[in-house]
Amino acid sequence: MEIQELKVKAAQIRMDLLTIIHRAKTGHTGGSLSNTDILTALYYEIMNVDPSNPKWDDRDRFIASKGHSVESLWCILADRGFFPKEELETYSQFGTRLIGHPNNKVPGIEMNTGALGHGLPISVGMALAAKRDDRPYRVFCLMGDGEQAEGSNWEAAMAGSHYKLDNLIGIIDRNRLQISGSTEEVMGLEPLEEKWTAFGWNVVSINGNNMEELLKAFRSVPEVAGKPTLIMANTTKGKGVSFAENVPAWHHHVPNDKELELALTELKATIEELTQKGQVH
Amino acid sequence: MNKIPNRQVICDTLLELAKDDRDIMVLASDSRGSAAMAPFANTFPEQFVEVGIAEQNIVGMSAGLAHSGKKPFVTSPACFLSMRSIEQVKVDIAYSRTNVKLIGISGGVSYGALGMSHHSVQDIAVARAIPGLAIVLPADRHETKKLTEALVKYDGGVYVRIGRNPVEDVYETDDYPFEIGKAITVREGKDVTIIGVGETVRIALDAAKALNDEGISARVINMHTIKPLDEEAIITAARETGRIITVEEHSIYGGLGAAVAEIVVQNHPVPMRVLGIPDEPAIAGKSAEVFHHYGITGDNIKQIAFELINK
Ligand SMILES: Cc1ncc(C[n+]2csc(CCOP(=O)(O)OP(=O)(O)O)c2C)c(N)n1
Repeated sequence: MEIQELKVKAAQIRMDLLTIIHRAKTGHTGGSLSNTDILTALYYEIMNVDPSNPKWDDRDRFIASKGHSVESLWCILADRGFFPKEELETYSQFGTRLIGHPNNKVPGIEMNTGALGHGLPISVGMALAAKRDDRPYRVFCLMGDGEQAEGSNWEAAMAGSHYKLDNLIGIIDRNRLQISGSTEEVMGLEPLEEKWTAFGWNVVSINGNNMEELLKAFRSVPEVAGKPTLIMANTTKGKGVSFAENVPAWHHHVPNDKELELALTELKATIEELTQKGQVH
Repeated sequence: MNKIPNRQVICDTLLELAKDDRDIMVLASDSRGSAAMAPFANTFPEQFVEVGIAEQNIVGMSAGLAHSGKKPFVTSPACFLSMRSIEQVKVDIAYSRTNVKLIGISGGVSYGALGMSHHSVQDIAVARAIPGLAIVLPADRHETKKLTEALVKYDGGVYVRIGRNPVEDVYETDDYPFEIGKAITVREGKDVTIIGVGETVRIALDAAKALNDEGISARVINMHTIKPLDEEAIITAARETGRIITVEEHSIYGGLGAAVAEIVVQNHPVPMRVLGIPDEPAIAGKSAEVFHHYGITGDNIKQIAFELINK
């Protein structure tokens, strides 16, 4: 996809995710908005996946370790045709498989996540298996920054570099907020890049809401043979909706009718602007 | 209808008690909002500790604080507190006999549509297997207040599990004796005993009232403490009513029903039914929808009572 098209896609996904959260009256709005660009880059441009054959052996793997931000993922998987788009209407309803966290009853989901700090250890296992079997697939693992306080991440970080897993790409959605406020107030993480470097990873720092930077970073991994890559994606929580940006309460705030309308208007304007600029049709 | 969730009652009570007791401490794992502990954090910042999203660390740290004379209350979602940090609970609290109160919030299926990772319906089974750890589930806001006061005086490890939303009152006032380890008969009866725990006591009571209209006299026991279990109350109920139904927001394995059954079969075997969540990842939905799906309702308890009595 052209870069402008990807940007438009991301804005559309944001509109979709706000709509399903609004309808279900539940969801993790802020974190889903902040990682939408990352997921858009991965699912429409970077990852080798096949919606018609979701279990294809050599597919790239994606693990949403920050499983609470599932809404962007549901909207993207539906849009890419892993399951019918109408099913999005069942999100969080009684008996649905589209629950508030990724679960592998849904095509396109590898593993059930939701308890933080599980994704990276799983991903290390998958990447190690690829190495042992000499398979070409890569494993992408998206983590939260608040999530970094779980020690299991650091155990996995050690193992990832010990086993020289250059087919493993960790991504941190560095939006600097968690539930109770800023990450640096709740449990300081800085200097975060240095920590990952010290654990043996090749660290790339980018603006994680900038499509050009995302594509460049993802296309150049592994930069260093024998080292796992950590992409520090600096993002804005609530990205794309002016009144939700950087507001901690939007972690799981659900837009009311008026807020939804306002947000959709903003995103439509974004799309219009992009379309005019890039002549996307 | 009561509008105050039990988590808020815990905060209110601790706010009161902490004024005169500088050793009371509250710990949170990016969970002060869900635990309704923000007022405590703001009022007593010196008695509040934020550990971030780190449930193993929160339990280890609390054990260290307790070892140094503090009275830590750890507030964290029940699903993670009871599982993620269970080894710390076993070794740092139970084995080392430290005085830590673990408050598992949003337990059972409170986090309905968030799925199995967020449901806490194995916690009682796991906690029961740990020697020396008391387990208490308060039935309503009155009991939660009494429990919180009792916890401050109780020396030792306790796992408390509460739900997320306000629950209907079981008691009209808090003018009754409450003691950790001592069951409460909330309704007398002679044909069958329904034993509830936590938020299912209210459901048991509703069933008993409905049974009464059908001429069946049901005893209702509030087994707020699952460990140490009030064995005497169970044996007496078996002897006097001849039939027992347990109802809980927990897996049918290893919870209240299992604990009661162990006592019943070894002392005074009578027909028994265990009502809870079957051995599967619980269906997603709102708490009430999930309860209904699995028959954790007054109507179903009534039905089971009929079956037991007609046997
Ligand atoms: C083990 C575990 N503990 C606690 C939670 C509850 N929880 C869900 S989201 C969240 C905050 C996540 O913050 P962050 O990782 O920064 O994600 P983001 O800001 O991108 O949403 C917490 C504490 C959880 N899901 N898992």
